[in-house]
Amino acid sequence: MKKKLITCLLFCLPIFAHASGDAHLEKADINLENKSSLRHGAKLFVNYCLSCHSAGYMRYNRMAKDLDLTEDQVEENMMFIANFDKLEEGEAAKIGNLMTVAMRKKDSEKYFGAPAPDLTVIARARGADYLYTYLTTFYLDEKRPFGVNNTTFDKVAMPHVLWQLDGLKKRVAKKDADGKVMKNEKGHEITELVRVTEGSISDAEYKRTVTDLVNFMVYMGEPIQLERQRIGIFVMFFLLIFFVIAYLLKKEYWKDVH
Amino acid sequence: MNMMVALLGWVDDRFPLTKLWNEHLAEYYAPKNFNFWYYFGSLALLVLVIQIVSGIFLTIHYKPDALMAFASVEYIMRDVPWGWFIRYMHSTGASAFFIVVYLHMFRGLMYGSYRKPRELIWIFGVFIYLALMAEGFFGYLLPWGQMSYWGAQVIINLFAAVPFGIGDPLSEWIRGDYVIADATLNRFFAFHVIAVPLVLIMLIAAHIIALHEVGSGNPDGIEIKKHKGSDGIPLDGIPFHPYYTVKDIMGVVVFLMVFFAVVFFAPTMFGYFIEVPNFEPANGLKTPAHIAPVWYYTPFYAMLRAVPNMFTSQFPGVIVMGGAIVVLFFLPWIDQSPVKSIRYKDMRTKLALAAFVISFLILGYFGVVPASPIKTMVAQCGTLVYFGYFLYMPYYSRTEIRATMFRAPLVALYTLVTFVIIWWWWQDERVTVAIRSLMTIFALGYTTYFLILPAYVKPAVVKPVPERVTK
Repeated sequence: MKKKLITCLLFCLPIFAHASGDAHLEKADINLENKSSLRHGAKLFVNYCLSCHSAGYMRYNRMAKDLDLTEDQVEENMMFIANFDKLEEGEAAKIGNLMTVAMRKKDSEKYFGAPAPDLTVIARARGADYLYTYLTTFYLDEKRPFGVNNTTFDKVAMPHVLWQLDGLKKRVAKKDADGKVMKNEKGHEITELVRVTEGSISDAEYKRTVTDLVNFMVYMGEPIQLERQRIGIFVMFFLLIFFVIAYLLKKEYWKDVH
Repeated sequence: MNMMVALLGWVDDRFPLTKLWNEHLAEYYAPKNFNFWYYFGSLALLVLVIQIVSGIFLTIHYKPDALMAFASVEYIMRDVPWGWFIRYMHSTGASAFFIVVYLHMFRGLMYGSYRKPRELIWIFGVFIYLALMAEGFFGYLLPWGQMSYWGAQVIINLFAAVPFGIGDPLSEWIRGDYVIADATLNRFFAFHVIAVPLVLIMLIAAHIIALHEVGSGNPDGIEIKKHKGSDGIPLDGIPFHPYYTVKDIMGVVVFLMVFFAVVFFAPTMFGYFIEVPNFEPANGLKTPAHIAPVWYYTPFYAMLRAVPNMFTSQFPGVIVMGGAIVVLFFLPWIDQSPVKSIRYKDMRTKLALAAFVISFLILGYFGVVPASPIKTMVAQCGTLVYFGYFLYMPYYSRTEIRATMFRAPLVALYTLVTFVIIWWWWQDERVTVAIRSLMTIFALGYTTYFLILPAYVKPAVVKPVPERVTK
């Protein structure tokens, strides 16, 4: 199947140049005020990520509240996973549950070689730009167990879960106008990723999709962050007024100190 | 109102409430010329209160268990009402405590606050600083993130470097296990929430009692008690309350602006107050690419790394790092200047202090970033300057050339150490000759200017100190 896909050289779209070994990260266009982006990201997250990866510190109803979704909407469209906290055989998840997964850590380790990490605070650990670049730099590599590797995370254990959207890319040497292989200052060949199989959506749409997903993960890393900044502005105003009063008080008292 | 007076009288007959109030606030006379640098003592007390109150709320929700600790911190961040606020106050408070204390200590160095009769205040202060470092270290393990785990690993391994077969059992005794594990987390929790805070509070009480016994210093380094009015009140003194209480409130508000700007807008302070790897749960099988302690320990960590292993042991580095703290205790007797304040000292002393501060900052920076041959060399130079500030002080602070029996051996020893460091630099082929030469010139220049010249040729010259405090 993989070989068939590789031979199906339908389109050759250069995606972007990527110096090998360099940790060059693309900038993720994060906007936490954009609720529809967050909702799209949440949908992608529960559909694509939340089967191997848990988000074990995040609750469904918190997500519903923060993303302006009703609890019914979340229950009907986003809760696919039974809750195994109390019963071995599992029970229907409730809206107040944590976003856990059915896959056990030791099974996950057996399947992938390393347990799939929890993703609740992954955006804080890795940064949005890293996640965005990582999700856009999978390429075909027959040597890997799942047939894909990643220029951002070499020898990654994860399969390219979004491949139907993204299509498949091949890593090739980047050539200049004269057809010569380009090298970076260290003498390493510069490679680029070339799409060999079109995904179900265009390249721009895919990038937008990944941005939404990363946007959601940034939100999930710290759900309070927007609220925190809003409160902060009030606190600063209060302290500013307090300072004026404290200053005048000090001046009044110190009048008689010479 | 009469009721209140009667009540106060009732209490005063049984407990010295009014007496305490008067002795420590209303009739405690502080010099009227405190400047900017004198805010940080009361600010340190404020941060202590913030840490205790936020800490109590955290312990209500936190679980000191290796399987639950990381999750319980995220539970605090998400599910506990205002839990995120409490946690960020506590994490920012830890760094704020060190910022305030470092500035407070710098004030002491500048104005000679450690000089007679305030030696004990200074010594209690150094103990407070040590307790604070222990408190921060124990607390940093509690979130059970990757940096918590590996940072603790690095520090506990320092104890394992103790020779004569003591190191391994010692570090095992500290951990309570062969590796950092649940037992370690549990006992660090105990140390962090009760053992060290108790010691800290007692030391702070001793620090303030000693201060109020001898009276506050001031930027001129003059004793205000020398000039008293007919009523027995120092002429340059003003009651702490209300004058300094209202002034300190102003300082508190400015401090809180900075503090809450961090809490609300940059709670991780770009990875300096909460390090990024700490958002991954502790994993004893996965070492992070780069382990750096939190910023407030990094000057000492840089000194540790600057000392090369000897006989495959890290112990010499540990000795140097420990010596960097121990040397602080001797400061009151090291300083031989007839004046206390930097205002009346000479250029050489001012330069020594400036070099000390710069070396401390550079060491702090090098403790954060990964080591390289050049950085190690600069860190060694920084270590020389750090120790030079203290060890050369008996010579550059003294106003006459005194041929004591220790002068020649000590000057010879310090010069020898400088030469050994320089010799070491010239063994390192990885660094260009230009940089090695530059470092050599600096090290030789430093030792000549701050040690040999004042010890044998040109002692310190001080300016006359005024009788009364200046504006």
